[in-house]
Amino acid sequence: MKKGRIRIDEERCKGCLLCVEECPKNEIKKGGKINRFGYTFAEFCDNGSCNACTLCAIVCPDCAIEVIEITEDEKK
Amino acid sequence: MAEKIVYKKPDSLTDKIFSYCWGCGHSTVHKIIAELIDELGMREKTIAVAPVGCAVFAYDFWNFDTTEAAHGRAPVVATAIKRVHPGHLVFSYQGDGDLASIGMAEIIHTANRGENLTIIFINNTNYGMTGGQMAPTTLIGQKTTTSPAGRNIKQNGYPIKMSEMLAQFESVKYVERVKVTNAASVIKAKKAIKKGFLNQLNGTGFSFIEVLSACPANWRMEPLAAKAHIDGVISKYYPVGLIKDIK
Repeated sequence: MKKGRIRIDEERCKGCLLCVEECPKNEIKKGGKINRFGYTFAEFCDNGSCNACTLCAIVCPDCAIEVIEITEDEKK
Repeated sequence: MAEKIVYKKPDSLTDKIFSYCWGCGHSTVHKIIAELIDELGMREKTIAVAPVGCAVFAYDFWNFDTTEAAHGRAPVVATAIKRVHPGHLVFSYQGDGDLASIGMAEIIHTANRGENLTIIFINNTNYGMTGGQMAPTTLIGQKTTTSPAGRNIKQNGYPIKMSEMLAQFESVKYVERVKVTNAASVIKAKKAIKKGFLNQLNGTGFSFIEVLSACPANWRMEPLAAKAHIDGVISKYYPVGLIKDIK
């Protein structure tokens, strides 16, 4: 199975939580910190179930999410 | 272990952070337009016309040529640009206050002339930038700052369905209404806008894409509630789907 992780740009995120509702693996949660615009940005849980499906990034209005796919090294 | 970025901010967006409120549909539509311009490889051959309204700052966010038109006049400015630069991708991006109210004459005549343009119409059922006043598209009974008791049919008439109205013109080739509430609908919206752009590039003619967009700040709702409001209430009056497609 594909593995992945996401990087949330804390300054761009406005904490609308559309990604939290979208994530099928519940890998994103409302964070506890506030950015310089006063928004409580979302945080990546990193429970290891992210499969880089990109749904969170597609729905993110503010382009705050970068999705990274992690692939195992091919057998040598 | 190898890492590969599979989704990132499109190159056709600048690094500037969107000035829109949390959960605003404008940001999503800006993003998908920028992604499409990247996909089509048209960044140096695109001219957008921004409206008056929240999206007035679109030129700050899009990393391609964008001009600004007087309130409601974006379709005629786009007409002029397209006639001078027929090889360019020219589109106007307008809100409901801009397009359905002050710009009603311009959009109707542009559609009737069948200009080879793409019009992206953002419908959030109020005047967002000025504080949420009633727009021609405001739903019956919807409370706004200028209809505190809710929109009243006797006094204000019915909400105007721009897509259905424009679809009646023979010169209009493609009309679709989409929404941007979840990932699936964003992908559909992107497809519709792409079709609008391709129609223009292969000379099919006038394309009109209406996007039902959330305005959480002026609806006095949290973004997730605003999303549910579009799915449950707004898309009942403004049904989402293909309205007209002539090849």
